[in-house]
Amino acid sequence: MTSYPVLTTLIFVPLIAAFLLLVLPMQQQTVRRFTLWTGFIEIALSIPLLNHFNLSDGGFQFVEHMPWVPQWGLSYSLGLDGISLLMVLLSVLLLPLTVLCSWTYIGKRIKEFHFCLLLMTSACVGVFVAMDLVLFYVFWEAMLIPMYLLIAVWGGPEKKYASIKFFLYTLAGSTLLLAAIVALYYQGGTFSIPDLLTQHFPENFQIWVFLAMAIAFAIKVPMFPFHTWLPAAHVQAPSAGSVILASVLLKMGTYGFLRFCLPMCPDASQFFAPAMIAISVVSIIYGGLVALGQNDIKRIIAYSSVAHMGFVTLGIFLFNQQGAEGAVMVMLNHGIVTGALFMMVGVIYERSHSRELLENMGLGKYMPAFMGFFGLFALSSFGFPGLNSFVGEALVLIAAFAESTKIGLVVIPGALLAAAYMLRMGIKMAWGRPASPQGKGWADLNVREWAYLLPMAVLVIYIGLAPGLTLKVIGPSVDRMLQLYKSKTEHTAQVERNTTLRPDVLALAETQPTGKGE
Amino acid sequence: MGFDIALVLPELAMLLVVALLFAATVMTRKDSESFAGAGWLPLGALVVLAVSLASLHGKGELFSGTYRVDMLSQFFKAAIAAGFVFTSMIVRRNKLVPGNDRPDYLMLLAISAWGLMLMASAVDLITIYVAMEISSYSLYAAIPLRAQDRHAAEAGIKYIMFGALATALALYGYSWILAGQHTGLIMELAGKEWSWAQSPMACIGLLLFLCGLFFKLALFPFHFWCPDVYQGTSNETAAFAATMPKLGAAAVLVRLAALLTPDLEITHVIAAFTAVSMTLGNLSALTQKDLKRMLGYSSVAHAGYLGLGIVSGTAGGLGAAAFYALVYLLMNLACFWVVCQVTEDGKNPTYSSLNGLYKRSPMLAFVLAVAAFALVGLPPTAGFMGKLFLLTSAWGAGYQWLVIVAVLNTAIAIYYYLSLVRHAYTEEADEAEVRPTLGAGTKLAGAVMAVSILLLGVMASPVYRLAVQAGSGLLP
Repeated sequence: MTSYPVLTTLIFVPLIAAFLLLVLPMQQQTVRRFTLWTGFIEIALSIPLLNHFNLSDGGFQFVEHMPWVPQWGLSYSLGLDGISLLMVLLSVLLLPLTVLCSWTYIGKRIKEFHFCLLLMTSACVGVFVAMDLVLFYVFWEAMLIPMYLLIAVWGGPEKKYASIKFFLYTLAGSTLLLAAIVALYYQGGTFSIPDLLTQHFPENFQIWVFLAMAIAFAIKVPMFPFHTWLPAAHVQAPSAGSVILASVLLKMGTYGFLRFCLPMCPDASQFFAPAMIAISVVSIIYGGLVALGQNDIKRIIAYSSVAHMGFVTLGIFLFNQQGAEGAVMVMLNHGIVTGALFMMVGVIYERSHSRELLENMGLGKYMPAFMGFFGLFALSSFGFPGLNSFVGEALVLIAAFAESTKIGLVVIPGALLAAAYMLRMGIKMAWGRPASPQGKGWADLNVREWAYLLPMAVLVIYIGLAPGLTLKVIGPSVDRMLQLYKSKTEHTAQVERNTTLRPDVLALAETQPTGKGE
Repeated sequence: MGFDIALVLPELAMLLVVALLFAATVMTRKDSESFAGAGWLPLGALVVLAVSLASLHGKGELFSGTYRVDMLSQFFKAAIAAGFVFTSMIVRRNKLVPGNDRPDYLMLLAISAWGLMLMASAVDLITIYVAMEISSYSLYAAIPLRAQDRHAAEAGIKYIMFGALATALALYGYSWILAGQHTGLIMELAGKEWSWAQSPMACIGLLLFLCGLFFKLALFPFHFWCPDVYQGTSNETAAFAATMPKLGAAAVLVRLAALLTPDLEITHVIAAFTAVSMTLGNLSALTQKDLKRMLGYSSVAHAGYLGLGIVSGTAGGLGAAAFYALVYLLMNLACFWVVCQVTEDGKNPTYSSLNGLYKRSPMLAFVLAVAAFALVGLPPTAGFMGKLFLLTSAWGAGYQWLVIVAVLNTAIAIYYYLSLVRHAYTEEADEAEVRPTLGAGTKLAGAVMAVSILLLGVMASPVYRLAVQAGSGLLP
């Protein structure tokens, strides 16, 4: 273990940097450099997580604990397992990359913009490491305000509509999460997540808590009927905003399902699993079909997110090791690939000032490096073997077939659709005939753009070719969540078997006299 | 029982401020416009606050047990004193009150604050009534003072009529309680039977008596005056009337909650009122354009949230209500502080007067954002902590449905609070709008409010401990 509180440092360094940014008088370029260096320091500070993480331990590591409001048992407690480790690393990695990709993209109110980015990083790390339900909720909500501002201030022409929709949708969902947290406190007597994970609540209670939580998480993911805020928000957000939204924010919903719904409401999860699986499948197919019909590049990627996140929820609610591991893999890989794709859209938008597919065709000749990266990420996005997304999606598909052939067969077209819309976009952008003679004078990627795309590309290939280490990180933690789920549902099944046996006997005893009477 | 003067030092300090203001009214020549606006008043208020904080742990009874100094009263007195520090900074700059009336105006408000302090300590129903009237009557006179504005006069009349009706009901209710339970002392009343079956007469009486408090708190169905009065009266007076009386009413309600166990019929009635109050307040606030009117409806909704703590009837719940009253004072005052600074000419601000505020005055925009998000109940502000405590205690008392109503209301409320932030941060000002000029003291006040809202959210524990001690002293 390390000698200093790593997780607290990771949360508070961006926070302190954000307030320094507000207080100190700085030039625009200095603000960008300052935030960039904060990002590098943050990455350096997260290295101990890699060094000291115990791969064989599925429980929470780097635990910190401090009373907060002892009257209600609130505590400032942090911890990290394999699932959250990857998400934390991804959030930390994104900070310098988003600064770089907004270097020329953002031209007004620079200080506030970077203030929001720093707050977002702090809150994102906080959500994944909070070990107290209220602390989790605090970070969960704290992220809404900077994200709202990112869309509302630096967004596109429809930013007002998109930002309000995003805020209202997510807040409406999370109000019920608060009610669920309060209910869990009374049922379980604590706000501590590790303690609540081991408790087994009455089934009726679980169903209500599951519903309240599931709405909050399903909106965040977003799952099919609640997805409409996502395309609006993605299209209007500046590219850094889209990157954070796609890479980290959406993962919070699925993280919530895996961390809270499965182990705390196992019986309810089992009860609702068919519905959740059905919604996931609908999300996959629907997202893919709608993505196929879009002409706005950002919209295509936004709908592809709906489809990919469907794979995650599907994997989670199959309740087997491969499904859950695959789900976490998709979470990570979707974060990398979609984040990178949104960065690429930002790159091309700075040149063409349009997100329309028609305005950005035939780039292959003039911008080979750009198209090279784009092709790589697009291939990965539809699960091309050897690239990162393949690993997760393959695992989820294997799990789906293991569960039932029907589910597997229904999902396969979803994977095909992903190839269809990504290839359609990629082909048009690379070889399409330009609608207008513009595009010839555009410069290819500059050094700064190389700098933030290259790490993503390296990750795409590394995880694609050698997913072993990542899977080792995920494995024990996912296993532990599933063990909690399984032991509790088996216990319930046991109890039910015992109770149903007796009514059978009674029923037999009741029928016998009447039988004699006849 | 002896009269220990050390127990009532905060009240005496406040009274001294009133006396100084009275001297100022006598000394000011009525024909001149020369009165500068009592620059010493905030300092005087600070002294009152210091005295209140020093006597936070006082304990004792005065006037044959009708006036009680305990943790609860001292907590609320300190809160009232703190509120008076901020409001005095705001109201002494009220340009719409003619210069030669201003000492009288300030004196009226100081008397009102003094009455509220008495209310915090009153433990006999008739003492409560008298204290409530002291604070109300001076406000009745202060509300219409707005440069001969007809709407202000209308607001004043509405406030008086409504207030008179509510206090008449309260007095009538007092007579029923006396007839039913033969005492007006809350401590003795707490030992009596309060179910409808056992003492219907006293139950009716208590409900009627509560009407007087609901009027002060602007809880449904006694909220109708609230938006009209806020809109009609001058911005500065509204800042006072919207925040301070709530504290007094909350103090008394917390005391009376000792009578109300969660399973009583009266408690159910109050729970229903709070539910309607939240929903109605938030829904009506959605459609407002005038900021003060919107804040009026928002305070109707917040009266409902306070009710959550009252109905739960546990030490934690009462502590939560006391804590939330303090937090509400801060966040509402911060909002009104911005409202008062945004318009130079004293007109009612609308949402569009906030446009481009981030550029014109980053300070005002930031305080407004903090206050608005605190009013919604978003972390990491004190509004979230207060609401969390309230929800948790109400859930524990078996009012699960009320908790659900409350959280759903948050989702409604976010829209109009978010509009405040949206106009301040994302909309651009139409023409070259004036940049509000803030004095050093005003800036300091705004910063103190914003920082304390954030600090109470991050480190709620010490203040909440005081509030719980205050609440637990009341329960048997």
